[in-house]
Amino acid sequence: MEQTYFHSVTLNKDKCKGCTNCIKHCPTEAIRVRNSKAVIINERCIDCGECIRVCPYHAKKAVTDPIKSIENYKFKIALPAPSLYGQFGPNYSRERIISALKHLGFDYVFEVAQAAEIVSNATIQYMKNEDVKKPVISSACPAVVRLIQVRFPSLIENLLKIESPMEVAAALSKQEVHKKYGIPLEDIGAFFISPCAAKVTSVKSPYEDKVSNVNGVLSINDVFLPILEYMKKHSNDEIEQFSLSSAIGVAWAGTGGESDALKTGRRIAVHEIKNVINILEQAVKDGLGDIEFIEALACPEGCLGGPLNVENPFIAKVNLKNEINKILESQSHNVPKVGDVKELVWKSDVEYRPIMKLDDNMMKALEKMQKIDELSDSLPGLDCGACGAPSCRALAEDIVRGNAKETDCIFKLRKKVNDIANQLHMIEDD
Amino acid sequence: MNNTVIVRDYIIPADDFALAGEASSSVRKILTQLGVAPDIIKRTSIAMYEAEINAVIHGHGGKAHVEIDENKIFIRISDEGPGIADLELAMQEGYSTAPDSVREMGFGAGMGLSNMKKHSDILNIDTEVNRGTIVDITVFFNKP
Repeated sequence: MEQTYFHSVTLNKDKCKGCTNCIKHCPTEAIRVRNSKAVIINERCIDCGECIRVCPYHAKKAVTDPIKSIENYKFKIALPAPSLYGQFGPNYSRERIISALKHLGFDYVFEVAQAAEIVSNATIQYMKNEDVKKPVISSACPAVVRLIQVRFPSLIENLLKIESPMEVAAALSKQEVHKKYGIPLEDIGAFFISPCAAKVTSVKSPYEDKVSNVNGVLSINDVFLPILEYMKKHSNDEIEQFSLSSAIGVAWAGTGGESDALKTGRRIAVHEIKNVINILEQAVKDGLGDIEFIEALACPEGCLGGPLNVENPFIAKVNLKNEINKILESQSHNVPKVGDVKELVWKSDVEYRPIMKLDDNMMKALEKMQKIDELSDSLPGLDCGACGAPSCRALAEDIVRGNAKETDCIFKLRKKVNDIANQLHMIEDD
Repeated sequence: MNNTVIVRDYIIPADDFALAGEASSSVRKILTQLGVAPDIIKRTSIAMYEAEINAVIHGHGGKAHVEIDENKIFIRISDEGPGIADLELAMQEGYSTAPDSVREMGFGAGMGLSNMKKHSDILNIDTEVNRGTIVDITVFFNKP
């Protein structure tokens, strides 16, 4: 098994009641309940955040960097995700939000929305290349990329091999600051203001041998109140004017933003991990006809539904729409030009992570599969989860992999206890 | 010699596009667990899915029987539908007898059989008009 990597999604043991909610919802069957506490199987977790959403006891959380960690750098850049704008109502314009960010201790703000526009332009170029494998699947959502790595390896070739807006924003903003103010690159810290747990993981443990340009990830949840407080104290007149990104980049926060930006071709926007799985399941079989582009986002309503947001995703959607309408009414904006699309293309590909594989040896794998089949048939098939595995089949797999035993199933245990009791009776009768 | 064989049987329901493809999805999952190479899994999935869809569209549903051993996967999709009158013609790309209603759903483009042939190592079709069709697909895990 490969080396385990850092995960943003972690468990707060004290809060965990050992119920079955998270194991049932995990798309990679990465959680088991052992000794009445959930355990995350590291190499299986894709940081999609489903367990954070479904846990009624809030025992799952996403680890992010504390706000004070920005102090580790002399020059601090904030990279707000476009979903940040959806967190505040109509009284709080984007200018006010960005002003507030600057007063939280950042020296510079670079909107990730701006980088998203660049990525959109690069994607349009990329799609024109006839060698590109269609349908192209967006790589902006790191949970989807990891899902493809573990469950749909043959779709790796369909991934859009262009850096994510977050990475582009970090690289560009550092260059900008370095050129403008002559500050050495190592003194500049770029901090992503994130709605997303998977983004934290992709910064701390990038795919394969990549290195992230992002130096830290702050949760929207953590900066929300300080931003709101500042905005309440400072009226509209006090804010400076910025060159802001256009509607295209801001729309990336919601579902459909990325695919609409491509303007032509048959594109679909899929959100919520189970819907993403269904579509990928179709794509694997070449069953999507002439669809050219799939925007796939793990969270419901896209990044607006990210687990680190504060506002309800549907309200955030309206807030964002307001902002987009305002932009469309007022602004004539020049989309930053991409110098060379090639610079944004991935330097190395992501690789298949065969974590579902039963054995490296095919014969042994077949034997294990046969044992799993037999065991599965002998289990009650209720998928009750009481054993700590998400289904009877998963328990059978765990047993064959040596991670569980048959009597973890309460029905099996009850039968065994009954058998022993009967035997005792027989001894007494003798 | 080891002769462990994994066997699966599936019912392919008639005229149910929502369920069509479940068998090939299930097989894909098994092959992934067995550690079969992604490109082989993909070929198998495409070939089997095409055969499944055909059984749904033309064959009034049917059955899928799958055997997996160390070297290969064998898939038999059988139906008791109308059969194929001219197999040679049916193998041609773009030839289709699918009704418009099916085409409107994005199926029936006449690529099914040629796609199956392209993605399988051995393709055998046994068909008789008014009796039904049996499609046998074999994909080898390691090219001999």
